[in-house]
Amino acid sequence: MSASAVFVLDLKGKVLICRNYKGDVDMSEIDHFFTLLMQQEEEGLVCPVMSHGNVHFLNKRASPVPCVQVFTEYFKELEEESIQDNFVVVYELLDELMDFGFPQTTDSKILQEYITQKGNKLEVAKTKVPTTVTNAVSWRSEGIKYKKNEVFIDVIESINVLVNANGSVMSSDIVGSIKLKTMLSGMPELRLGLNDRMLFALTGRDKGKSVAMEDVKFHQCVRLSRFESDRTISFIPPDGESELMSYRINTHVKPLIWIESVIEKFSHSRVEIMVKAKGQFKKQSVANNVEIHVPVPSDADSPKFKASTGHAKYVPEKNLVVWSIKSFPGGKEFLMRAHFGLPSVENHELEGRPPITVKFEIPYFTVSGIQVRYMKIIEKSGYQALPWVRYITQSGVWRVCCWTTALTRTSRTAAA
Amino acid sequence: LKVINCCVWDPSGEIFELKAELNSDKKEKKKEAVKKVIASMTVGKDVSALFPDVVNCMQTDNLELKKLVYLYLMNYAKSQPDMAIMAVNTFVKDCEDPNPLIRALAVRTMGCIRVDKITEYLCEPLRKCLKDEDPYVRKTAAVCVAKLHDINAQLVEDQGFLDTLKDLISDSNPMVVANAVAALSEIAESHPNSNLLDLNPQTINKLLTALNECTEWGQIFILDCLANYMPRDDRESQSICERVTPRLSHANSAVVLSAVKVLMKFMEMLPKDLDYYGTLLKKLAPPLVTLLSAEPELQYVALRNINLIVQKRPEILKHEMKVFFVKYNDPIYVKLEKLDIMIRLASQANIAQVLAELKEYATEVDVDFVRKAVRAIGRCAIKVEQSAERCVSTLLDLIQTKVNYVVQEAIVVIKDIFRKYPNKYESVIATLCENLDSLDEPEARAAMIWIVGEYAERIDNADELLESFLEGFHDESTQVQLQLLTAIVKLFLKKPTETQELVQQVLSLATQDSDNPDLRDRGYIYWRLLSTDPVAAKEVVLAEKPLISEETDLIEPTLLEELICHIGTLASVYHKPPSAFVEGSRGVQHKRLPARMGAGLGAAPAAMPASLGGAPAVGGGLGDLFDLGGGVGMPTGSYVAPKTAWLLAMKAKGLEISGTFARRGGIIQMDLSLTNKAMSVMTDFAIQFNRNSFGLAPAGPMQVLTPLSPNQTIDVSLPLSMSGPVMKMEPLNNLQVAVKNNIDVFYFSCQYPLSLLFVEDGKMDRQVFLATWKDIPNDNEAQFQIKDIHLNSDVASNKLQGSNIFTIAKRTVEGQDMLYQSVKLTNGIWVLAEMRIQTGNPNYTKTNGFRDCMQKQMYDSTSVVRFSSK
Repeated sequence: MSASAVFVLDLKGKVLICRNYKGDVDMSEIDHFFTLLMQQEEEGLVCPVMSHGNVHFLNKRASPVPCVQVFTEYFKELEEESIQDNFVVVYELLDELMDFGFPQTTDSKILQEYITQKGNKLEVAKTKVPTTVTNAVSWRSEGIKYKKNEVFIDVIESINVLVNANGSVMSSDIVGSIKLKTMLSGMPELRLGLNDRMLFALTGRDKGKSVAMEDVKFHQCVRLSRFESDRTISFIPPDGESELMSYRINTHVKPLIWIESVIEKFSHSRVEIMVKAKGQFKKQSVANNVEIHVPVPSDADSPKFKASTGHAKYVPEKNLVVWSIKSFPGGKEFLMRAHFGLPSVENHELEGRPPITVKFEIPYFTVSGIQVRYMKIIEKSGYQALPWVRYITQSGVWRVCCWTTALTRTSRTAAA
Repeated sequence: LKVINCCVWDPSGEIFELKAELNSDKKEKKKEAVKKVIASMTVGKDVSALFPDVVNCMQTDNLELKKLVYLYLMNYAKSQPDMAIMAVNTFVKDCEDPNPLIRALAVRTMGCIRVDKITEYLCEPLRKCLKDEDPYVRKTAAVCVAKLHDINAQLVEDQGFLDTLKDLISDSNPMVVANAVAALSEIAESHPNSNLLDLNPQTINKLLTALNECTEWGQIFILDCLANYMPRDDRESQSICERVTPRLSHANSAVVLSAVKVLMKFMEMLPKDLDYYGTLLKKLAPPLVTLLSAEPELQYVALRNINLIVQKRPEILKHEMKVFFVKYNDPIYVKLEKLDIMIRLASQANIAQVLAELKEYATEVDVDFVRKAVRAIGRCAIKVEQSAERCVSTLLDLIQTKVNYVVQEAIVVIKDIFRKYPNKYESVIATLCENLDSLDEPEARAAMIWIVGEYAERIDNADELLESFLEGFHDESTQVQLQLLTAIVKLFLKKPTETQELVQQVLSLATQDSDNPDLRDRGYIYWRLLSTDPVAAKEVVLAEKPLISEETDLIEPTLLEELICHIGTLASVYHKPPSAFVEGSRGVQHKRLPARMGAGLGAAPAAMPASLGGAPAVGGGLGDLFDLGGGVGMPTGSYVAPKTAWLLAMKAKGLEISGTFARRGGIIQMDLSLTNKAMSVMTDFAIQFNRNSFGLAPAGPMQVLTPLSPNQTIDVSLPLSMSGPVMKMEPLNNLQVAVKNNIDVFYFSCQYPLSLLFVEDGKMDRQVFLATWKDIPNDNEAQFQIKDIHLNSDVASNKLQGSNIFTIAKRTVEGQDMLYQSVKLTNGIWVLAEMRIQTGNPNYTKTNGFRDCMQKQMYDSTSVVRFSSK
């Protein structure tokens, strides 16, 4: 099955641009889309797939559907105006992206080679289809030249942790990715070497208990069958920035920044918040730009703070206290107290109990212990190329539930 | 563009001006004009009037202008078919342009002009482009064939484009291969029987090679196409799986899903004890889990697919419960799907964890989600028996919160728990009753009323409780009214003395004051039952209810199989087969999983049921006993009717049973032919009979030793004994059978010929015969005439003896042969018969003593069947 048509709508449901690929649906069907969407939103049951009669809508808000991605790369920012002003290019792109509903080429770098934004100066002889479009290597063009040949490798790990109200870790996993910024001439053949422990973890041969679950995803340039047979990551890289691989490890990491909180809510008078943060990582490492977000009731007022380091600030539009610490050395412990007033008339609306969230970044460190052992770069011309590696660990979805404390306290005060 | 958007022009004036600009001599001006036209088109204005002027601009060497004109053509050609012909020449010319971009553009646009008249002019250019030297043009031309086929299928076939397309599968360029595959699949979908994609090991090998080289989207086309292939044996299927598994590491989630589809399908064929089977199971889990870290819309699609996979092969994700735990900021549609999968994965091993999660969800703020979470706790209780107690106590905790909607949902699920585990958790009823007043939703009220009625004897004030509902009877919803009616009737049957007034009241409310036919009818039935036979009423109303099971929310197995074949498509998101939501011939073809290969058995041709036509032999009248078809043969044993279909495949999830009965050497046998018409292997057969008139029962278990592969038929002879429990059936020779296999239990009923029950020692002594004959009351006598039997009395007698009908005496009166016969049934009942045969007259007068009207007497006492002649 393939797509019959693509519509780009604005926020009010007006069609900005559309392309009918197969001619088997009435283009006015889109009018039902917005009504349906509104109806679902009212019922609180929005679902990405909707149908009206025999027409089915896949609803995607401007996020990385391939064509949107391509548009963003073309116009920097995807806005109503950018589509309207560039409709000619958009039509051309839609034409190349899909044919008869079959997706064709969605790599913006390659598309940019033959569909240019300043389309008016095209001369017939010049515009040739880049062989890349139909090549086996569809992500890199020939004839790229750099004065200095370099590859920058970023190893970035995000840690997702969920701690429940009793302080036990509910789930923790690591989502890692290796990003490349390739500035190499010609058609280089690259081979990436990782440390054995990591490779075994990724391919499920690890018998130890440290790594519970693994999965790895590669950019289309990586020869998957090669990796499957002898575990080498070999590829011809796309030019410029790209994500070479991403991986997920389900493991019990010790939460790098441990949060303890006491939130006492005295109904009709005040809320008192005490948050303790402890860096549970190596003393040599430093976590940068740490931000701890503590939720407060929406009707709280007159904030007062006291923090042993960094500074705390009230963000009323998000009902949060944000405690930011520029640098947080490992092994240290910090404390923050906050005090809020509560109105005497109670808000009867039931409020959600969002958890405390933590953001941070620790450079030169990975939780999984992944290491790039080597990066071999071979090109016909035999130039020397330099690989650079950087490691960063950062917080992903890092949540500490704190609401139970609040509840028991409330009831206790009520009893007293 | 800005000008057009901001100013309100007189429409005709605008068109007029554009017309002038389009016909301008200056290239730049022309192009600007075309741009303006397209801009108007984009915002939905009708600029079709400019058709000839725009087409005039088509002859240009400016690529951008050409693209715009083509765009215009695609939009308006259909409304101006005659004018569209004007464009044909340019297309033909452009298809020979030295620039491959222009050739491709022309061939792409050609197909989008859906005007029947011009299609035939396009065939020649298309043929050239299909053989173009540039792969970009070839890949575009391949898709164009599909476009053309959509407009005029016959033309495409006549021109031989389909063969050219098939040749492109062997093209050197992977992108061309991918598009050719996509086009062929598309065409094949609208022609289910065309066998276009003639997949054989050679083409499969080509596709697998191209798979490693083409773009991500091309990989999807190829994988989807592979999924339609049926490997010859498990070895081939394994080797394809091995070459497809690397795709699971692809960054594009659509590639991953298509690969999962291929693997799920071909896994069916692998023997479960194979090491590779286990490896494959392990390999499938991680990529599925990774799909859940994508953005919410993709997560939703992934979850809907995982829901199917979990139902088909729960073992893949059984250790991954945690990843389905709900995150507080998941969109609601993701939350609900995760909840559903959590319940499907719940087992004794992980139930504690699941319950702790569900309990937290039940205290969230989103009302819809909380309700579903409470229901989920109930479903866990029903699914995992060991957890029932913990679930009930969790539900009680939730009821203590007194949050209105939580209490109501909890009561609804507790009702289901009572139905699954009766007489176990009734101690909680008191707690439930405390919350009676807070229930305002019909479903919760109905559930509570059901509980009160069902356990009326344990609730002291049940009458008061029910009475309180009765006050506003007419304001209640139908659901509650019906439940209230039933509950009060139950109460009355349990405590008749105190509740007479109450039951009167509800019956009159239901029958006299209500307009609802359902309610009225139910009221009348109860009323009549109660007034005519209170004992019967008790048996009916208070009958033991069947237990409910967790299976109710599973997708029906054949549908599930089909949906597995559609992983990664809309069907897998809707959980509906494509035919349910796609118009026309597309998707009508039902896909099936391949069958697991058992002991080298290939796909045997479908065995037709032994005999479907002809006269139904069921009931085995005497006519059958004469073996009408066989002419004058030797009496060799009793007559055996041909097999008839007892259970049809469509009613039994693919299992078809035909059969007959035979008596061989004093042993009664049920001859069965089991045919597997489903696509999966059937195992674990068992058979059981309901109580019947003569106590027929299987003498041993049904021996189906090998699993039944698809399209395979197995013949089984099941010896029967007469030692089963006895219950009179209507008709007397009716037999109700239950057959179980690994898929389900199926029920059918069949009728056995009574001759089956005639024992070998049924020859009565002459003297006894004479004496008995006289003693038989007239009521026990019946007479039948049998026609068109060309047998003389001796042959007939011989034949009947084969079926244990014994001739005691014979005499000839007025040219008629009189035969006196005796028969003894397995339960000791004697049947005496007199048969009069008129020589030369094919019409026998013979009592067919084994037909319905006689059966009652036969069953009760010794009977006589008098055969007399007119």
